[in-house]
Amino acid sequence: MTAPAQQHYNYAYLDEQSKRMIRRAILKAVAIPGYQVPFASREMPLARGWGTGGMQVTAALIGPSDTLKVIDQGADDTTNAVSIRRFFSRVAHVATTEKTRAASVIQTRHRIPETPLSAGQIIVYQVPMPEPLRKLEASERETRKMHGYGEYGLMHVKLYEDIARYGHVATSYDYPVAVAERYVTAPSPIPKFDNPKMNMSPALQLFGAGREKRIYAIPPHTRVRSLDFEDHPFTVQRWSTPCALCGTTKTYLDEVVIDDRGGRMFVCSDSEYCEERREAGHAGAMLASAEAMKLVDARQPEDAP
Amino acid sequence: MSAAAQPSLADDAAPVLSVEGLTKLYGDRIGCRDISFSLWPGEVLGIVGESGSGKSTLLRCLAGLARPSAGRIAITLEGESFDLFALDEPTRRRLMRTAWGIVHQSPRDGLRMGISAGGNVGERLIDAGSRHYGDIRAAAEDWLGRVEIDSSRIDDRPGQFSGGMQQRLQIARVLVSGPRIVFMDEPTGGLDVSVQARLLDLLRVLVRDLGIAAVIVTHDLAVARLLTDRLIVMKDGHVVEEGLTDQVLDDPHHAYTQLLTSAVLT
Repeated sequence: MTAPAQQHYNYAYLDEQSKRMIRRAILKAVAIPGYQVPFASREMPLARGWGTGGMQVTAALIGPSDTLKVIDQGADDTTNAVSIRRFFSRVAHVATTEKTRAASVIQTRHRIPETPLSAGQIIVYQVPMPEPLRKLEASERETRKMHGYGEYGLMHVKLYEDIARYGHVATSYDYPVAVAERYVTAPSPIPKFDNPKMNMSPALQLFGAGREKRIYAIPPHTRVRSLDFEDHPFTVQRWSTPCALCGTTKTYLDEVVIDDRGGRMFVCSDSEYCEERREAGHAGAMLASAEAMKLVDARQPEDAP
Repeated sequence: MSAAAQPSLADDAAPVLSVEGLTKLYGDRIGCRDISFSLWPGEVLGIVGESGSGKSTLLRCLAGLARPSAGRIAITLEGESFDLFALDEPTRRRLMRTAWGIVHQSPRDGLRMGISAGGNVGERLIDAGSRHYGDIRAAAEDWLGRVEIDSSRIDDRPGQFSGGMQQRLQIARVLVSGPRIVFMDEPTGGLDVSVQARLLDLLRVLVRDLGIAAVIVTHDLAVARLLTDRLIVMKDGHVVEEGLTDQVLDDPHHAYTQLLTSAVLT
């Protein structure tokens, strides 16, 4: 990125004191895995609930040598992802990428990339509801005591209710986890399919909740266990069909309605992973027709000049 | 009650709960003052008195819900004796969820209204460390049966239950974890007479069968006569009379107790 002629904002939008304050909260969060650290959340130039917590964490971390990737619901090209990526390329002059492997900082909403993260990478989650006990216990004073004393029975009462009502644990996203066998933590609204990826991840995982004014973290190589019952062990979602575009069976799939006659296909939610596989020559059952409908970019013919 | 129902007044038995000089002040007002008594295992103690006499304040202190202004509450569990309010808070909270139970006057204070009956009963087991769904479910079903709630209602929320059923559900929720002491604040308040009678019958059987020590606060002398072994009569925050239930009710010494017993409709 070329530096702009004139700067209207401080580097990375926030002033240096605000960034220091956020960095202190991040350091404390890393020191106490899973503990929600209160911080003085700042106004960002978009509405709270649109990722302001994640953006503040990213702004406090990012430097000109970083490469930023932003994911929204697994995709790199949806509104929230595009605008946050553009925001940081403007105010922090960072390189942006869609490639998981190439990114040093990944800000995400709702997904963890399918490509395994590596040491040195930082993933920043946007969190709407940092308190996993909130829906069960309305009092903040009480939930803090429950965290402090490790009284997490109520979380299992919620799982009990799920099994009693639906026959299985029906919680499919924001599935509560125990971090380092101590703090029960909300993993943000990622599908529970992604929960196993948090366990012993070599990347640093940071969580920012702007409206709720909380930052928490899972340091690299930390045990993250999804809560369950002995006779109802934790399971992740499974699909009966492979991805219609790249043919993989190992990813989280989105259902896409393709016509008004009940036609649908299941495709990778992680658009970058799917594209990478297609470039590597993998093809799903509906790739040809999707190309014909210009739903995806057509592959370059092998003998192209 | 009969002499046979006095199991542990022998010299060798240690009281499970002993209270010395308990005082609770609300600013300048007296909640209760200088209360001392002991409760032995398997014994049911009644606290009677008119409203405002400090019964509920006393119960809240005993149950660990309110910190007394002065005095000492000693609890003995598994041969170990300790001062309730000298314990650190997490230990006290853990004991409150496992070793003793509180049956509130209004079931809404004691139940989680957004959670099914089974979940309400199961919570105490989960708190105690159970992580096996099948076991929790079976225990919840068993306890609903014991308090005469049809097991087909296990997945209904307390809001769908009648007042009497809610009260019975609350009792099941408290007793499922096998507490050593149960505190009850007007357990039959707000119920009609026939439901009261069945609830009292149930409570009497459960308390006797399980050998639980219980403290029951009531203003209803009929309840006291039916359930309790010993009685404490309170007025204006003080204990005015204390003794075996039959003794106190049939031969009251203090003028206030005489007034109280003569005011009963029979």
